[in-house]
Amino acid sequence: MIEFAVHTRDDGVGVVTPEGRLNMVSARRLKEILSELVSAGTTRIVVDMGETSFLDSSGLGALIGGLKSARQAGGDLRIARVSPAVMTVFELTNLDRVLRARESVDGAFDD
Amino acid sequence: MSRRLLLIRFVVVLTSILGLNYVVWRWLFSVNWDAWWIAVPLVLAETYSLVDSLLFGLGMWRLKERDTPAPPGPGLTVDVFVATYNEPIDLVMTTARAAKAISYPHETWILDDGNRPEMRAAAEAEGIGWITRSAEWAGMPRHAKAGNLNNALLTTEGEFLLILDADMIPEPEILDHTLGFFTDERMALVQTPQYFTNVPEDDPLGSQAPLFYGPIQQGKDGWNSAFFCGSNAVIRREALMQLGVSRYVGEVEVGVHRALKTARAVLRSARRTLEPDETEAREALDAILHEIGCSRRELARGGALFDVTYTFQKRVAAIRRGLVAADLEALQADLAVIAELEGIGADPDLALATVDESVLLQMAHRDWSPLGAVETVQALVNAIDVDRGDEAQAVMPMATISVTEDMATCMRLHTLGWRSAYHDEVLATGLAPEDLQTMLTQRLRWAQGTVQVLFKENPLTQRGLTLAQRLMYFSTMWSYLSGFAALVYIAAPVIYLTLGVLPVNALSTEFFVRLIPFLIINQLLFFVVADGRKTWRGQQYSLALFPVWIASFTTAFGNVFLGRSLDFAVTPKTKREPTGPAWHLIRPQLWAMGLLVGALVAGSVRMATGQANIPGSLFNMVWVVFDLLIFSVIIKAARYRGYVAPSEPAPTTVSVGPTHQGAP
Repeated sequence: MIEFAVHTRDDGVGVVTPEGRLNMVSARRLKEILSELVSAGTTRIVVDMGETSFLDSSGLGALIGGLKSARQAGGDLRIARVSPAVMTVFELTNLDRVLRARESVDGAFDD
Repeated sequence: MSRRLLLIRFVVVLTSILGLNYVVWRWLFSVNWDAWWIAVPLVLAETYSLVDSLLFGLGMWRLKERDTPAPPGPGLTVDVFVATYNEPIDLVMTTARAAKAISYPHETWILDDGNRPEMRAAAEAEGIGWITRSAEWAGMPRHAKAGNLNNALLTTEGEFLLILDADMIPEPEILDHTLGFFTDERMALVQTPQYFTNVPEDDPLGSQAPLFYGPIQQGKDGWNSAFFCGSNAVIRREALMQLGVSRYVGEVEVGVHRALKTARAVLRSARRTLEPDETEAREALDAILHEIGCSRRELARGGALFDVTYTFQKRVAAIRRGLVAADLEALQADLAVIAELEGIGADPDLALATVDESVLLQMAHRDWSPLGAVETVQALVNAIDVDRGDEAQAVMPMATISVTEDMATCMRLHTLGWRSAYHDEVLATGLAPEDLQTMLTQRLRWAQGTVQVLFKENPLTQRGLTLAQRLMYFSTMWSYLSGFAALVYIAAPVIYLTLGVLPVNALSTEFFVRLIPFLIINQLLFFVVADGRKTWRGQQYSLALFPVWIASFTTAFGNVFLGRSLDFAVTPKTKREPTGPAWHLIRPQLWAMGLLVGALVAGSVRMATGQANIPGSLFNMVWVVFDLLIFSVIIKAARYRGYVAPSEPAPTTVSVGPTHQGAP
């Protein structure tokens, strides 16, 4: 079963860390967490993929859904620390052409 | 290779050779160019029929008769969806109960697009899940059944989905007999037949499609292009979601490039109308133009789209804040147009990437106030930006480009390299329309949907499909052109018998020697392929519904290229009150039959008075009688009063044999 660690940094950026398999079962929970963050006013979010062992297209769908809410609220969603195995899932759908993975969580909103 | 397939291939080769032998000869040596106005349409119609026959033969070449797969292992997760819009609660609940009783472990959901409290109560009373559109859909394009399914996809989590129309009652073993195909990890979809229980033996409305749910699907399956037909199919969720995400990426890419291009034109146009002293406005517009240039260069360098548009939006917002609303009046006028621009998203037929470029150009050539221009740029990039503000869900796995979402979705899955299978065992039975009006609406809708896909995503040009897959999709679209050929096949003998104009040089021995064997072997091909299934109804309707097929092309053309409505209607599942034969629905066919009968009379008179060639007239009369036989089905259909069950003690559910073989 997957765990989601959620915290908000001092600079107001929300950090969500899915720990385990981000698949069709857990995607819905991620989407809910992201939209709760946005409605609570945290519109800048980093999803830290460093602890994510597996990702499927439903997981990608949840990320896109979260990005949509964040942007509509004037913020943004960034992904960081993506492992090569998880990156191949991005490449399969060309999502890497749209969403650039950041090296670190801390620097995800530096640009 | 089985003996059956060997025989089929032999007849396919024979049909193709004989057909080419005839049609090539027709073009080269026997067109009566003096009567080109009928000779050319006739030879075109004959060529059309030959291509139809060749495409059919191509499918039959790889006819694939699959055995029931090994039972699936335990532990797979499955969601069973019963999709409904306005069907009676009882009808939906009958299906839902049967769905709940499916033996492989699963969850059952009613997808209630009508958001009916009584539907919800009925479902929950029996422990069946109930899903309606989420709040995100308010004020967004709904996309009919495709939207209903897309909504449910995001609220459920099974690995596999079984999709059922509201009237399609499943057998308990439906999952046990289909999930086994998914041991192939690239298998995305398994379609089973749609069989109707409220259809009499002689099937006056041509509701059963024994040739399609059988050899045609099996032939497509042989080329890995078995079609998804909207109901009675099991789908792998991962395949659908992957499709949704990759489509999203594609549309964002196209949309962002177009938005930036239009934004530049808008700004340049606004800049030209500036007075010399409006230096502040000019500087602001120049700054944004500069940003657009930067963004485009960044994209060309391969910068991630989300990054580029995010930076762009932030900078434009900053510049805008610095711009004073100098001319409020001009701004008011602009705001109206901006509102219209945002309305693009409200039209279900206009997706982001498919917004007509001419609409965007019109935007560009308007006279904008400086602030209006900046607002427009923001609205443009918002509308076509990564947040996809005009759709309820960013990711739309089920295709929404057509009223028949199934074919488009399936084709897109195939372009991504997924596989599909057709399993020829009736595992769910439903209700067919029982009156001509409903049947015509339904056929029109299917045809329109197919032609929409042809116009919007022509299978012949889809990257990722094999040549055979392209042809298998194209052949279904091609078959709907038969309406135009039917016109010619009616007109040619009528013209000969009444006016004596022959579209062929001569009805010589050579003509018959080339034509007759082709006709016979072509029918033999149908006979061999059908293997006892009835194909005559299908052949009749492919010509007898010519006004429907023609209308499907004209309305789909108007919809795709001229932005007109399709007059889309959901097919009602309930009976209508019988009000006598529906002659008014088949006027074109009645006219055609009248002309054909008139031609018989005229031909007889002309023969009797020695004005006409006797063998030629007789040949054309046989042709006319054949046409009349074809059209006779429509009279039968108009007189049909609905299904009456056989008089033996009526069972509540009609049991159907395990396979389609021998079924009517």
